[in-house]
Amino acid sequence: MTRSWLAPRPLAGIVLIALALVALPFVAALGGQAWVRIANFAILYVFLALGLNIVVGFAGLLDLGYIAFYAVGAYLYALLASPHFGLHLPFWAILPLGAIVACGFGVALGAPTLKLRGDYLAIVTLGFGEIIRIFLNNLNAPVNITNGAQGITLIDPLALGSFRFSGNSEIFGLVVSGPQKLYFLLVAMALVVIGVNLRLQDSRIGRAWQAIREDEVAAKAIGIDTRNIKLLAFAMGASFGGIAGGIFAAMQGFVSPESFSLIESVMVLAMVVLGGMGHIPGVILGAVLLTVLPEVLRYAVGPVQQAVFGKVIVDPESLRMLIFGLALVLVMRLKPAGLWPSPQRRRELAAGAQESP
Amino acid sequence: MDILFQQIVNGLVQGSIYALVALGYTMVYGIMGLINFAHGEVVMIGTLVALSVAGLLLQLGMPAAVAGFGGLAAATVVCMALGWGLERVAYRPLRHAPRLTPLITAIGMSIVLQNVAMLVWGRNYLTFPAVAPKAQFEVAGAHFTAVQVMIVVVSGLTMVGLLLLVYRTRLGMAMRATAQNPAVAGLMGVNVDRVIAAAFVIGSALGAVAGMLVGAYYEIAHYQMGFMLGLKAFTAAVLGGIGNLAGAMAGGVLLGIIEALGAGYIGDLTGGFLGSNYQDIFAFLVLIGVLMFRPSGLFGEKTGDRA
Amino acid sequence: MVFPKLSAVAAVVASCFTLVACGQKEEPKVAAPVPAAPAAPAPKPEVTVKIGHVAPMTGPQAHLGKDNENGARQAIDELNAKGLEIGGAKVKFELLAEDDQADPKQGTLVAQKLIDAKVNGVIGHLNSGTTIPASKLYFDAGIPQISGSATNPKYTQQGFNTAFRVMANDVQQGKALGEFAAKQGIKTVAIVDDRTAYGQGLADEFRKAAETAGIKIVATEFTNDKATDFKAILTKIRSTKADLVFYGGMDAQGGPLVKQMKDLGLKAKFLGGDGVCTPEFMKLGGPASEGNYCSLPGMPLEKLAQGPAFRDAYGKKFNAEIQLYAPYVYDAVMVMAEAMKRANSVEPAKYLPEVGKTHFEGVTAKIEFDDKGDLKSGAISMYQYKAGKLEYVDTLGGSPMEAAKAEVKEAVAEVKEAAKAVGEAAKEGVKAGAEAAKEMAKEGVKAGADAVKAGADAAKAAVDKK
Repeated sequence: MTRSWLAPRPLAGIVLIALALVALPFVAALGGQAWVRIANFAILYVFLALGLNIVVGFAGLLDLGYIAFYAVGAYLYALLASPHFGLHLPFWAILPLGAIVACGFGVALGAPTLKLRGDYLAIVTLGFGEIIRIFLNNLNAPVNITNGAQGITLIDPLALGSFRFSGNSEIFGLVVSGPQKLYFLLVAMALVVIGVNLRLQDSRIGRAWQAIREDEVAAKAIGIDTRNIKLLAFAMGASFGGIAGGIFAAMQGFVSPESFSLIESVMVLAMVVLGGMGHIPGVILGAVLLTVLPEVLRYAVGPVQQAVFGKVIVDPESLRMLIFGLALVLVMRLKPAGLWPSPQRRRELAAGAQESP
Repeated sequence: MDILFQQIVNGLVQGSIYALVALGYTMVYGIMGLINFAHGEVVMIGTLVALSVAGLLLQLGMPAAVAGFGGLAAATVVCMALGWGLERVAYRPLRHAPRLTPLITAIGMSIVLQNVAMLVWGRNYLTFPAVAPKAQFEVAGAHFTAVQVMIVVVSGLTMVGLLLLVYRTRLGMAMRATAQNPAVAGLMGVNVDRVIAAAFVIGSALGAVAGMLVGAYYEIAHYQMGFMLGLKAFTAAVLGGIGNLAGAMAGGVLLGIIEALGAGYIGDLTGGFLGSNYQDIFAFLVLIGVLMFRPSGLFGEKTGDRA
Repeated sequence: MVFPKLSAVAAVVASCFTLVACGQKEEPKVAAPVPAAPAAPAPKPEVTVKIGHVAPMTGPQAHLGKDNENGARQAIDELNAKGLEIGGAKVKFELLAEDDQADPKQGTLVAQKLIDAKVNGVIGHLNSGTTIPASKLYFDAGIPQISGSATNPKYTQQGFNTAFRVMANDVQQGKALGEFAAKQGIKTVAIVDDRTAYGQGLADEFRKAAETAGIKIVATEFTNDKATDFKAILTKIRSTKADLVFYGGMDAQGGPLVKQMKDLGLKAKFLGGDGVCTPEFMKLGGPASEGNYCSLPGMPLEKLAQGPAFRDAYGKKFNAEIQLYAPYVYDAVMVMAEAMKRANSVEPAKYLPEVGKTHFEGVTAKIEFDDKGDLKSGAISMYQYKAGKLEYVDTLGGSPMEAAKAEVKEAVAEVKEAAKAVGEAAKEGVKAGAEAAKEMAKEGVKAGADAVKAGADAAKAAVDKK
C-alpha cells in the first residue's frame, strides 16, 4: 500500500491533476465567467464539507448547525473589513482570526453537548445554528453590531498588498478575470486544507476520532480522552467553516443572515453523506457535485425540454429543484454508502448487510 | 392574570398541533430509529388536498361540516398513500444502509414534494375555505374560538386513539415488538416490513389530521408551510424524548406553551433586552437545558449508541 | 433494473453535453447583430436587446417572483408589439428570466450568467438581499440595473452609478406611514415586524416618524416571515390597549395577523406598508381586514393615465391578479427602453447616462431619479381596505414644496384641459349651425366654464394648503 511519492504513476497523476486544475478556469470561461464563479463556490463548499466531515465523518457526531461557524467567519470578516465599523484589515489577518473565533464557538457548542448522542445531538446543534442566525438577525439593537437583517454592504474584496483579486488584470500578457484570480487563490488554499485533512485522518487524533465513531465506550476504555477529542473535532471542523465564511464575505461583498439558514447546513451535510462520509476524496466529490448540479440544471432544463418536446412544458425553475431532489434520492438508493466511500467502509458495509441492524 | 390565561390557551392550541405532527416523527423513530425529515411535507400535502377537496365540496353547495369532513377524509387517504409510498421509495431500500443515508433521501423527497406541490397548487398563498365554525367565546378574560376548542379536542381524541392502537391491539403489540428488536420480532412471526409500513401510514394519517386542523385554524396554505411546522414538531418530539408517544404529546404541548409564554414574557424577564424576536431561541434554550439534565428528553429512555 | 439506471445516467450525460453545446452556441449569436449598419439600404437590420430579469421563482417568495416576471414580460411584449427603432435598427426585446431563490449566493451566480449572456440591462432582483451583492457585479460590468422591488436604502447608497430603483425605499415609505398615523389621530401604537430586511427597515422608519409626530410606542414585538401564529404577541399587545398595530412585513403573515387580532378581541386598527397592500392580504385577512389602511409607493393605478389599461392587460394576459410589484417592474422595463430610445443606442455604456435623466410617466408614478438612483418624488399613496377592494385615500410624501408644486401643476393642467373642452364644445356648436345644436353648444360652454372654475378652485386650494 505504501507507494513512494516519486513513483512514476502517482507522479504522472499529480501532474495531470495539476494541469487540469490550472486549465479549468480558462476552459470554464469559454462557457462564461459564471462557470468560473460556480467553480469558486464549489471550492468554498469543499472547505465547508471537509470541515463538517471532521465532525460527522471522522468523529461520527451528527451536526445540523454547522453553517453557524460559516456565519461567524463571514460576519467577522464583514465587521473587520467594511465601512460598517470603519475597519479595513487585510484578509490574511482576518481569515486566521476567523478560524480562531469559529474554533471558540465550536468549543462553546461542543462543551454542553458532550453527553448527547445521535439525534439528540443533531437537534441541539440545529438549535445552536438557529440561535446564531437569530442573534445575527437581531443584533442591530440596542447596539448596532450586525446591522440586523439589512446586512453589511461594501465589504472589502480580497487583496494582497496592491494586488486585487477582483476586476480584470493582465498577467504575462494573459487577461485574467477577477473570478479566475480568486480561483487560483482558492485552489491554493484548498490544497492546504486538503493536506491538513489528510494528515489529520492518519494522525493519532484522527484514529481517536474514528475509535469514538465506532464505539465510544470502547474508545474510553482504551484510554482515549473522549471529552477533549470530541471537543477537538468540533473545534477543528468549526475553524474550516470560519475560513470559508471569511472568503464568502469577501467574494460577495455583502453578508446578511439569510445566507446562513438551516437549509445550508442540511446541504453541506448532504454533500458529506452523498460523497462518502469520512472519505476525503468522496467528500470533495460530493461538494463539487452538489454545487455544480443545480447550476448545470439551470442551464440545461429549459433547452433540453425545448430540444426534446419542441417547447417548454414545465417551468424550468420548478423542474430544476425537482430534478435536484430526485437526484439526491436516486444517488443514495444506488450508492447507499455515498458515491465514493472509503474502501474500508465499503467492506464493513458489505459485511453488515448480512446482519439486521 | 387574564393575559397569562390567554397565553396558556394560545400555547395549548399551538402545542396540540405540534403534538399531532410530533407523533408522526416519533412513530417512525420509535420503530426504525430514523428521522423522517419529509414528514412536514406530508402535513403540507394534507392541508393542500383538504383545501382543494373542501373548496370543491363547498362549491357544489354542500354544508361546511360535510365539506370539512370530506376534505379531511381525502387528505387522510392521500397522506396515507404518500406515507406508504415514501417508505417504499426512500426508506425501505435503505434499511441496512449507513444511518445518515435515509436522512439524505428524506431531504431529497422533501424537495421533490415541495416542488410537486408548487406545480400543482401554484406559488401563491392560498386561502383555506371557511369550513370551521366561527363562534367565539370569552372565559375569564381569554378569548378563544370554536376552532381552537376543536383543535384541542380532536388532537386529544386522536392521541387517545393512537395509544389504544399501540397498547391494545395486535398491530400495536407487533409495533412495540419491532421497536424493541426487529430481528427477534421477525422470528416471532411479526411481518416487520408490514409493521414499518403501518407506522409510516399511521403517522401520515396523523399528519393529515394536523394538516386539516392547521388549514382550518389559520385559513392559509402554501407549499412551503411544512418546513417550519415540521421543524417545530421535531423539536417537540425530541423535547419529550423521541420515540416515546406520551413524550411527543407532552413535548408538543410544552413547546407550544413555552413559545407563547416566551413571546409574552421574555421581554419583561430580561428587562427589555431580549424581545419576542428571540422567541425561537427561547424554545431552543429550554430544549438544550432539558437535554443537559436528561440527555434523552423528558420521557425518553436511555438510547443506545446510534451515531 | 439495469436499464432504468443506465438510461438515467445517459440522460444526465446527455444533458451535460447539450449544456456545453448550448453554452458555446449562444456566444456568436449575441455578438453578431449588435453593430448595426446604418448604410445598409433595403432591409432594416434587426437588433436583439436582451433584458435580464431576476426574482425567486422557487421558495417562499416565488409568488411575488412570478408576478415580477409577468410585469416584465408584459412590458417586453408591448415594446415588441410597438416595434421600436433605435439607432436606425428595428429592435426586438428578449427577456432572460432567471431564478435566484432569494439566496444571495445564487443572486451573484445568476448575475454573472446574465453578464456572460451580454444582456443590455437588468431588471431586478426582487429581494434586497440578492439585489445588493449582484449590484456590484453589474456595476463592474457597466450594466444598468433597475429594481422594481428592492427597498433596502443601502442598495443605492453604495455609490454604483448603475443601480436604480423605481420603488420608494423604506425610509420614504416609513416616514409617510408615520405621518399618516398621526393624521388619523392615533395616540398609541404597537409595532410588529417580521425581522426581514424589508420589515425591519420599514418598521424602524415608521417608529422614527411616529415618535416625531408625538405618537407613543407602547409595544415593539417581532415575528418572522414563516410564522402563522401571532397570538402570543397579540395577547401582549392587547394588554397595552394600543390604538394601532403597525406591521412591517408581507401579506402572507399580515393577513392571518389581522384575522387573529379580531379573534383575540383587539380593538386596535391595523396599518402596514406595500407588503400588505395586496388583494392577497384581504383574501387571507377576510372580514378582519375591513376598514384598515396600507400604503403603496407612487400613485394609484386608477389615478394615472395608463394604470387601468395596465391592470386589464395584465389580467387578460396572465389570467391572474396583480400580486404586488408587477406594475413597478413594468415601469422599470419601460424606463430602460425609454433611456435607450433617448440615447439612440442599446449599448449599456451609451444609454446608462440617460437612465439617470429619466422623466417618465409610468403606470405607478412620474419617474425621476435623484443622483443616487432613488425615486425623486417618493410619493406614497394611502389605501383603505373596503369591501374586498383597495380604496384610494390620499397621497403623501415627497418634499412638501414639490408636492405642492405638483398639485398646482395638476390643477393648472386641469384648467387647461377644461378650457380646451370649452373651446371644442363651442367649435362643435358653431359647426353644427342648426338651432337645436345651439342649445347644445350653450350647455357645452356652461359645462366648460364650470370645469374651469373647479380647476381654478383646486389650484387655489392646493396653494392655500401649502
